[in-house]
Amino acid sequence: MLMTTPFHERTSALCASHAWRRWAGYLVASSYELSHEREYHAIRSAAALFDVSPLYKYLVRGKEAARLLDHVATRNIRNLQVGQVAYTPWCDAAGKVLDDGTIARLDEATFRVTAAEPNLRWLEENARGLDASIEDVSESIAALSLQGPASRAILDDIDLKYFRLKDAKLGGIPVTVSRTGYTGDLGYEIWMEKKSALTVWDALIEVGTPRGMTPAGMLALDVARIEAGLMLIDVDYVPARKAFIEAQTSSPYELDLAWAVDLKKERFVGREALAAEAARAPQWRFVGIEIEWESLERLYAEVGLATRVPGAAWRTSVPIYAGAEQAGYASSGGWSPLLKKYIALAHLRAAHAAPGTQLEIEITVEHQRKRANARVVKKPFFDPERKRA
Amino acid sequence: MPKYDAIIIGGGHNGLVCAAYLARAGKKVLVLERRERVGGAAMTEEVFPGFRFSVFSYVVSLLRPEIIRDLELPRHGLHILPLESTITPLDNGDYLGQWNDHDQNRRELARHSLRDAEAYDEFGLMLHQMARAIKPMLAMAPPDPAALSFGELTAMNRLAEHFRALGAKRFHMLHKLLTMSSADFLDEWFESEVLKATKSASGIIGTLLGPRSPGTAYVLLHHYMGELDGVFRAWGFAKGGNGAVSGAIAGAAQAAGAEIRTGATVAQVLVKGSRAIGVVLEGGEEIRASLVVSGADPRRTFLGLVGEKHLPDEFVESIRRFRFRGASAKVNLALGELPNFTCLPGRGPHLRGAISISPSVEYLERAYDEAKYGEISRRPYMDIVIPSMIDPAMAPPGKHVMSIFVQYAPYHLNGGWTDARREALGDAVVDTLAQYAPNLKGAILHRQVVTPADIERIVGLAEGNIFQGELSLQQMFFLRPAPAWARYRTPLSGLYQCGAGTHPGGGVMGASGRNAAHAILRAG
Repeated sequence: MLMTTPFHERTSALCASHAWRRWAGYLVASSYELSHEREYHAIRSAAALFDVSPLYKYLVRGKEAARLLDHVATRNIRNLQVGQVAYTPWCDAAGKVLDDGTIARLDEATFRVTAAEPNLRWLEENARGLDASIEDVSESIAALSLQGPASRAILDDIDLKYFRLKDAKLGGIPVTVSRTGYTGDLGYEIWMEKKSALTVWDALIEVGTPRGMTPAGMLALDVARIEAGLMLIDVDYVPARKAFIEAQTSSPYELDLAWAVDLKKERFVGREALAAEAARAPQWRFVGIEIEWESLERLYAEVGLATRVPGAAWRTSVPIYAGAEQAGYASSGGWSPLLKKYIALAHLRAAHAAPGTQLEIEITVEHQRKRANARVVKKPFFDPERKRA
Repeated sequence: MPKYDAIIIGGGHNGLVCAAYLARAGKKVLVLERRERVGGAAMTEEVFPGFRFSVFSYVVSLLRPEIIRDLELPRHGLHILPLESTITPLDNGDYLGQWNDHDQNRRELARHSLRDAEAYDEFGLMLHQMARAIKPMLAMAPPDPAALSFGELTAMNRLAEHFRALGAKRFHMLHKLLTMSSADFLDEWFESEVLKATKSASGIIGTLLGPRSPGTAYVLLHHYMGELDGVFRAWGFAKGGNGAVSGAIAGAAQAAGAEIRTGATVAQVLVKGSRAIGVVLEGGEEIRASLVVSGADPRRTFLGLVGEKHLPDEFVESIRRFRFRGASAKVNLALGELPNFTCLPGRGPHLRGAISISPSVEYLERAYDEAKYGEISRRPYMDIVIPSMIDPAMAPPGKHVMSIFVQYAPYHLNGGWTDARREALGDAVVDTLAQYAPNLKGAILHRQVVTPADIERIVGLAEGNIFQGELSLQQMFFLRPAPAWARYRTPLSGLYQCGAGTHPGGGVMGASGRNAAHAILRAG
């Protein structure tokens, strides 16, 4: 049987669509309403509440906890201040990305790691000989993500900077709030003991509903994260552990994460390979693609149809061409209801990856493969000031 | 002119596969089967009224998909149904389940060890890569590294290229797999005793070796091979039992024009000079053919049917040394009701999968210890399936058949096999299993015990070895069954081998039969 999250009693009562999907062995709502549209708009106009409990979570404690995480992550973790959160990938010895997530420093010697994949074994292997213990708290810690411009007000105008966290109380329950999320908007993630989950949920619904907050599912989140230019494991990249062949693996550079690799650190897993790669420049880039509306319109007009755009984000590999040559592939994309643009995240050979480069993307119109004009653009597609303000 | 292009000795699945391929290539083929029905060890029999058993081999995992496609076996009645899971009951009332669904499997493994749950996927990926590394060798006639002919060297070069392309990491892993014991190999990956034991069990199947014997890690890989080729649910049960596998292949062979004669025991291969020219049946009938292809095991083929005097001494020595040492038995039960396992009571999905009696590596190794000294394991390893849960037509409505693969039951039993020893084995199996499913004894309507001696007597497999010779490294690849004679040819011109005693070996793969047919057709 699939597991249900600590919020299931509430979420299942709300899930009118009966559309569920799996996430790390848990059942989570794809959308609560019959369509995910309103849930998406809530993210950008008011607030959306996501159950993100299936994330893998680890508590890393000990005098050398910082040393362990600094050794595993590509970013500098020793310099992380108490109350600060860092987004980081981590790599294998070949410098290929294993996973990406956040590392939060709860106190001097305690960190919480979130990950998309199980990482207990990896952390333990790297902790050998270090004064650091790892506890898998994936099941005991419940998590909600409150995203959108109204989220700060819902959290009683909480004073918290971007990528910081602090303790707070919701419905009388002690929780940790971090200013993080997966929507590229103003937003927070709320971490609590499993046993308090329903109380916290109820408290947020009570305060949030009058402010336009709505529970939202994975379909709405998927659109928002693409607009935010945020990659998704297993969709936009294959973690090195799951790759059948080397060509399926990616380095942080190839995923546009050069900013998250600190080669000034003396030692960390994959450093040598990454230093070598940095010296010769990566062959692949992970970029934003905007598909030209006029070009789409023309292709559909040719067969007598009005232009169609996908109702939900897609996550299949779609070829992108530079003339006769295949320049790369898009790994996820969709229609941005806010920007009114057809956008995609794509892996391109470095030569074709500069912003402004004109390319073509494959598109199937009435069962025929066509090519639409597309242009390399800067990520994120949508980057409101309120995200950091 | 002889009446036939080729005579196939033995209507086991490999003989039939070979016959089908030859017939499809336009050869005039005659299959001679000693028993009244084809199938060899892949056959279904109504042992007890209304209850049908795959008496010997009982699951399908390694049957080459290209054979299923080439011979259009589904058109001839083959339908392989999935075996969905494996559970291993434990003495403390718990169990380990291995399920097809990734999330369910992960969660179950995590109950035993979080680390193992994480290592599991990586282990699977590694085995997949190793199986891919080995796979080209299964489809090819193995080159002989000692031979200096241009063809052999080219083939060796291709193989060397292939291994180089694996990269150092995978090559090292392959080396470990080829040299280690399955228990040691699994120790490098997992910590949960029951998981290691259940995984290591596939390293000992059919072989008189324990999980701590070096070389067993490779056998583990051999059994994993079936999971390649994008075959998601590779372990399966043929609708109608394993007789349906042979039946479908026989159907394909006949449709292609092959002639099959049952009740026709070959007494001797006719040899003229250094050439096989036909066979003599018991009763004296002589049948001539341009080629004779033996699906029998190497011992029966060369020392029995051909005769040492027609063969080079060195070759005879090799065949004499080829090890069989059957170690496995079958217990087939007709049941009035389903077994009720203490660890998972009731009729759950676990009864549609395999049930493995392998609670710990030590349990398996102790079972081996007894066999090593010529005794039956008092607490044997068992691999159990309930075919009627997958194909209800195997038993009357509401009743069931249970197939229990048992190890160890050594062919060379101290004092030899007798009826009393056979029943003692049956008792040990039922007693052990009843500890996990207490209603079992009361549910048994009929019990059939098949010892290695029975397998030899009924099917003709030497020493009852289910693979026509141990799958140990010293008799694999270019050494199977004898150095320099691993490519389906024999020292006699016109005589070929197509049984599992040749590369790549047993497991209802059909690969030997297919490879042999290709070798014959290439030779013209």
